[in-house]
Amino acid sequence: MSSLTVTKNVAATDAAPQMRKRSKTGRGYRIFRVLALVFVIVMFIAPLVWMVLASLKTNVDIYDSSKTFLFDPTLENYGTVFGRANYLGYIFNSFWIGFASTALSLLLGVPAAYAMSRFTMHKSAVVVLLARVIPGVSLLVPWYFVFSQLKMVGGFGVLILSHMFVALPLIVYIMMSFFDSLPIELEEAAQVDGLTPIGAFLRITLPLSTPGIATAGILSFIFSWNNFMFALVLSGSKTKTLPVAIFDFVAYASIDWGGLMAAAVVITVPIMVISLFMQKYVVSGLTAGATKG
Amino acid sequence: MSTTSPRKTVASSSFSVWANKHRKWIFAGPSMAFVAILIVFPIGWTIFLSLTNSRGSVRAPLDFIGLENYLTVLTDTERFWPAVGRTVFFTGGALIAELVLGMAIALLLWRPFKGQGLVRVAILLPLVATPVAVGMMWRLIFEPNIGFANQMLGWFGIPAQPWLSGQNTALPTLMFVDIWQWTPMVVLILLAGLSSLSDEPDEAARVDGANSWQRFWYVTLPLIRMTVITAVLIRGIDALKTFDILYATKGKGGGSFHEVETLNVYAYGLSFDYNKYGLSSTVLILFFMMIVLCVWALTARKKKGDS
Repeated sequence: MSSLTVTKNVAATDAAPQMRKRSKTGRGYRIFRVLALVFVIVMFIAPLVWMVLASLKTNVDIYDSSKTFLFDPTLENYGTVFGRANYLGYIFNSFWIGFASTALSLLLGVPAAYAMSRFTMHKSAVVVLLARVIPGVSLLVPWYFVFSQLKMVGGFGVLILSHMFVALPLIVYIMMSFFDSLPIELEEAAQVDGLTPIGAFLRITLPLSTPGIATAGILSFIFSWNNFMFALVLSGSKTKTLPVAIFDFVAYASIDWGGLMAAAVVITVPIMVISLFMQKYVVSGLTAGATKG
Repeated sequence: MSTTSPRKTVASSSFSVWANKHRKWIFAGPSMAFVAILIVFPIGWTIFLSLTNSRGSVRAPLDFIGLENYLTVLTDTERFWPAVGRTVFFTGGALIAELVLGMAIALLLWRPFKGQGLVRVAILLPLVATPVAVGMMWRLIFEPNIGFANQMLGWFGIPAQPWLSGQNTALPTLMFVDIWQWTPMVVLILLAGLSSLSDEPDEAARVDGANSWQRFWYVTLPLIRMTVITAVLIRGIDALKTFDILYATKGKGGGSFHEVETLNVYAYGLSFDYNKYGLSSTVLILFFMMIVLCVWALTARKKKGDS
């Protein structure tokens, strides 16, 4: 049967068979297209390059418009970020909260998505997906009341819980569309061979789901890493995450642009490197369920 | 593999039978309980708070004031209605620009060509970048005196603009940032839709002599209508709830003239900057109703399209 459809979500455009159309497109269109694509690349990458350049300048050079592109690069700003501002600690916090909330959400979310997909529990799925629609602030107020009573605000637990709340609906959504595309015949065959339904899930379905789980896991980690609002309210001095730490950078005193840009680079680079290496998973996660409507 | 004693086998198998029979709820239950505990209680609490004059402390006595907050909020033409206006303007503007640009870029990327991978990387980067860091980056670029934006305008002899610091320019500038960051999302979704199409309808229209615009408008677009609606739904909900970039670049109250204060920023400020929980809950309930209404309208359309 069609067990190969398992990966059909992944970068489907690579398989396009339309090469023959090339001859039909005019030369003028091809030139326009190259120019347009260069423009697109520059638009999306240039600001990031600008951020990196500024992070390598002294504050004097940042204020000097003759040194826009030519300047003596310095790592001074990175010294500020890691020395004075303790970004190593914030990186650890962001990483630990992202890792723990992703792992726990996968543990809860993957079986849930499986059940919802196989038993078409659409009404139950809506409950979980509702979490995606509600504005975060409306949950934060009551959470803040309760968690401060429990003396949990400022601890890792409350941040992991709140980030799980973002991750879980995401994981359920991605995994549901993954399981929908996984042929049920494989599990049925395993059951004919003597496995229980749960056994078939654990030994057959789960190993086959590695691409889906990778997709869901990476995306959930990215969302946790980037999360600002929940961490802004619920983190303390010991559990501060990177987006909150960079916000502190401007909240007090005058802006140290070089340091600020170095901090921005420190936050974005790890997540971009992960995304580049895991490109196809990130893309398939972001577009999960987009085509089947 | 299993060399367990007979007794244990019996015990575990009766549990196993029970577990297998109820696996649906064993699998889905914990997730639903988790979400329900973190959602149902807060929503109830928010509704309750919206009927009180709560100002923060849990132990402080609450006065039940009925619908007074709703009356206050709905007649507030200084903060609430302008915030609604900004939310609609920001969401609508960003959404339309992202759809048009996203569609254009998706069509450019649709057919395979050399260097496609590079463009894909380029559009993936803004998408995964941390919004707060992105906000800071654009803050430097749009800085009136030292920013690159004004420097570039200078090359063309255009006078410097206040960008983020201007009362009327701040929100459109941040809209631009939102467009920069999230157009790629629309591109990816639309590309997924386009790549699922078969070639025949397009070929048929070509044979019939349709030009490329006609083929796009009358053939391709109707075929990926569902994908477009999905993109609107996903991006629309997130744009309505935009917080990170607005708050990180303009701070409390959405700037000194509240120039970028959308509903989300307003509600957040009422709660955590000014401790007016009762009022903030009211704003949130109204905001939530607005979102649900939009989602409902769009999904209803989608269902109609399915049948």
